[in-house]
Amino acid sequence: MAQTTRFILNGKPVAVETEGARPLLWVLRGDLEHTGTKYGCGEGICGTCTVLIEGEAQRACVVPVADVAGKRVTTIEGLSQGGTLHPVQQAFVEHGAIQCGYCTPGMVLTAVALLERNPNPSEAQIRSALEANLCRCGTHQRVVAAVRAAARKLRAAS
Amino acid sequence: MRYEEYLAEEFRDPGLPSASAATGDPAATEPGGPAPAGVTRRDFLAALGAGIFVLFHWDDLAAAPGRGRGNEEAIDWNAFLRIAPDGRVTVFSGKVELGQGIHTSLAQTVAEELDLPLDAIEMVMGDTDLCPWDAGTFGSLTTRFHAPLLRTASAEARGILVQLAAEQWNLPPASLRVKEGRVFVAANPSRSLTYGRLARGRRIVRRLEPKPQPEDPGRYTLVGTSPVRRDAVAKVTGAAKYTGDIRLPGMLYARILRPPAHGARLVRADLSAVRGLPGIHVVEEDGLVAVLAEQPDRAGAALAQVKAEFTPGATEPGEQEIYDHLVRTAGEGRVAAEGGDLAAGTRASVEVFEQSYYNAYVAHAAMEPHTALVRIDGRRVTVWASTQRPFGCKEEVAQALGLPAENVRVLTPFVGGGFGGKSYNLQAVQAARLAKATGRPVQVAWTREDEFFYDTFRPAAVVQIRSGLDSDGRIVLWDYTVYNAGERGAPHFYTIPHHRTRGTSGRSPLPTGAWRAPGNNTNTFAREQQIDLMAARAGVDPVEFRLRHLAADAPVRRCLEVAARLFGYQPAKPPSRRGYGVALGTDAGTWVAHLAEVAVDRQTGKVQVKRVVCAQDMGRAINPEGARMQMEGCITMGLGYALGEEVRFQGGEVRTRSFAEYPLPRFSDLPRIETLLVNPTEGAPQGGGEPAIICMGAVIANAIFDATGARLYHLPMTPERVLEALSKTEA
Ligand code: FES
Ligand code: FES
Repeated sequence: MAQTTRFILNGKPVAVETEGARPLLWVLRGDLEHTGTKYGCGEGICGTCTVLIEGEAQRACVVPVADVAGKRVTTIEGLSQGGTLHPVQQAFVEHGAIQCGYCTPGMVLTAVALLERNPNPSEAQIRSALEANLCRCGTHQRVVAAVRAAARKLRAAS
Repeated sequence: MRYEEYLAEEFRDPGLPSASAATGDPAATEPGGPAPAGVTRRDFLAALGAGIFVLFHWDDLAAAPGRGRGNEEAIDWNAFLRIAPDGRVTVFSGKVELGQGIHTSLAQTVAEELDLPLDAIEMVMGDTDLCPWDAGTFGSLTTRFHAPLLRTASAEARGILVQLAAEQWNLPPASLRVKEGRVFVAANPSRSLTYGRLARGRRIVRRLEPKPQPEDPGRYTLVGTSPVRRDAVAKVTGAAKYTGDIRLPGMLYARILRPPAHGARLVRADLSAVRGLPGIHVVEEDGLVAVLAEQPDRAGAALAQVKAEFTPGATEPGEQEIYDHLVRTAGEGRVAAEGGDLAAGTRASVEVFEQSYYNAYVAHAAMEPHTALVRIDGRRVTVWASTQRPFGCKEEVAQALGLPAENVRVLTPFVGGGFGGKSYNLQAVQAARLAKATGRPVQVAWTREDEFFYDTFRPAAVVQIRSGLDSDGRIVLWDYTVYNAGERGAPHFYTIPHHRTRGTSGRSPLPTGAWRAPGNNTNTFAREQQIDLMAARAGVDPVEFRLRHLAADAPVRRCLEVAARLFGYQPAKPPSRRGYGVALGTDAGTWVAHLAEVAVDRQTGKVQVKRVVCAQDMGRAINPEGARMQMEGCITMGLGYALGEEVRFQGGEVRTRSFAEYPLPRFSDLPRIETLLVNPTEGAPQGGGEPAIICMGAVIANAIFDATGARLYHLPMTPERVLEALSKTEA
């Protein structure tokens, strides 16, 4: 049954008219035309569809859209502010932590959520936070370096 | 326009280019002569307007591998590059950006020759209407064969610019120089003209005569540096468009009914549950059954309600029997390399080593599944596809629709990884058939399960080696046969007097295709272990043993020495119990030496790779940091086929359907990776996207042996196989 779901998408209120059980991923990509969130597996394994829900990294492919009613959802499109890259995005660029880029939105958002929680993660903590984000191109080593650099920068700024 | 903008504009109006009015004087000089009559793309070229164009002709591709495949017309005039009246340079390249960074490195090549800043170059890639024909982006061909063509075209353009300025000033061309987008008088640098000024109001079309002298590499300022990837910002902000991100008015998303097994044929499909559902379209046509809707998840949900009956596909062989099956069904094959006399080698041997090596089917498993969008307008077809072969895709779609190839235009947005898997374009053919059947634009995006079924696999393979040592511990015999992997990387490069390398193939129950450095992963796994086991038998350190069998001037010797130094390697009698391994290889003109350190958990059989050092000689590195990213990517990806990835199947039925059953390398698997380029400013540039993956099986296997004394002959080296090998060693 179609219903109206209202939530805050990248700081702006949105309302979608659709069945509440539909996965958030497809509502974002289709109904709301936010295609930065990617499909990789559809079953919560790969992390390419990661978005932030109330600041927490979640897998949009397994979250029914009704579950985000009234919540704040951040997708990769909403991360940079006024044309300035988020420090995590900037660090990914500078460290070359990108190849095909398909896993990148999920990696970046997972790292952002980690640094919110833990501004000074050890390398082991970075690895374990990103453990369930798959990257076939093998950018892992540079992703770890980028997240460390972003953490340093964020700490210096705060 | 940047590539992204270019694509974005194409998405707004994906029809054929509605050219901005040609501002050039059609009677302007055409020193290369007019393009031949009857070439449809000429109209397109005319539509591009004023500027300086360097064209190429099909014949110029004589050296390009894969030339002439398909029914593409044999005359093909297209521009390599255009210098527009605003001074911007557009490069048209049939190659595609899969993540390997050529969107940046090709622009570097052109910017270098034209002495322009990198951001003055726009790349248009993988558009079959705009770009010269290209076989495809695979086989590490881009840097070796494509970049030199662009380089020559750029040098040609520079020559034209100098000539134009010389005419204008009435000065000899030799008295002029170029710098930062201007031609100037050497004796009076303030007298200068911008490229844009020189191109303005003209239309100069010149066929590439690959003669002009490209820049002396000693004077390079941009090639050999590592600017930030040009696609990086778009990729971290979500702005980068992949095929699945393109939206067209009225488009439908399709889900395809997948057979249960390869070789299974549809008997009947019961579509009654979905026919007539609001917003659901159903197509059943020649064995293709699909459900379409305005949202992909709705199509997926509806497809789940379709019941269908198929004939059973083949049920044999399965994972157990596959290796015997491949050997049994193989023909004589052919000899890829030989020398000396095997009988003499056998007589000279005091000990002969006979060993078979095996590897499983593995999947490409790019994070972006195969995707295509097709729109049909009358007899014109536009295809967006995640493909490594846009021109191949064009042929396949044209054939499926029964149209001439020139009616089809393929556009290639960013591709989310290929690794060889996106060389076939079944998803585009499916989308084309469905677009025709429904009269609407149709997107086909395979689900992950579809991907594990329809994608081709790296073939399961067997290698058999018979080798021998003489009484001095020298290799005197090498008799090598590879089944099904292919011959790439099969011939050895050691000093062995009596040797033969043979390649042959049996019948694969599953579809197979190129997988990052095809064949070479298998061949290097076998060869480098066989060398290692002889070193151990001879009681000689494996690095030392290899050096003894390499010619003094072998390029890989330098790689090995450099890698060993970086690793801090100290020779020891094997197995040293340190868990160190070494392996060498060559691919795409590049040489690699790997050293690794592993820890083996004797209780669980789990292997943790702690460190990998790789030295690579790839000739001149155009973008050294980009090259190192590719090496790291290769090493990380290679952990997967070495330690865990294996496609499960029975006959034509693929039982691996999810990442849950197919462990891609993760952060917890990541070793410390150190990479080094050997002589990166010397020699012609060679391939870099594949070589560093080829040693990963062998270097880990050799390190496991060094740690435990146990040999693993079967890829992947899963905990079960490690435990089994350990139990044999202990017994
Ligand atoms: S698509 Fe959501 S986790 Fe893979
Ligand atoms: S960059 Fe390609 S999957 Fe991660």
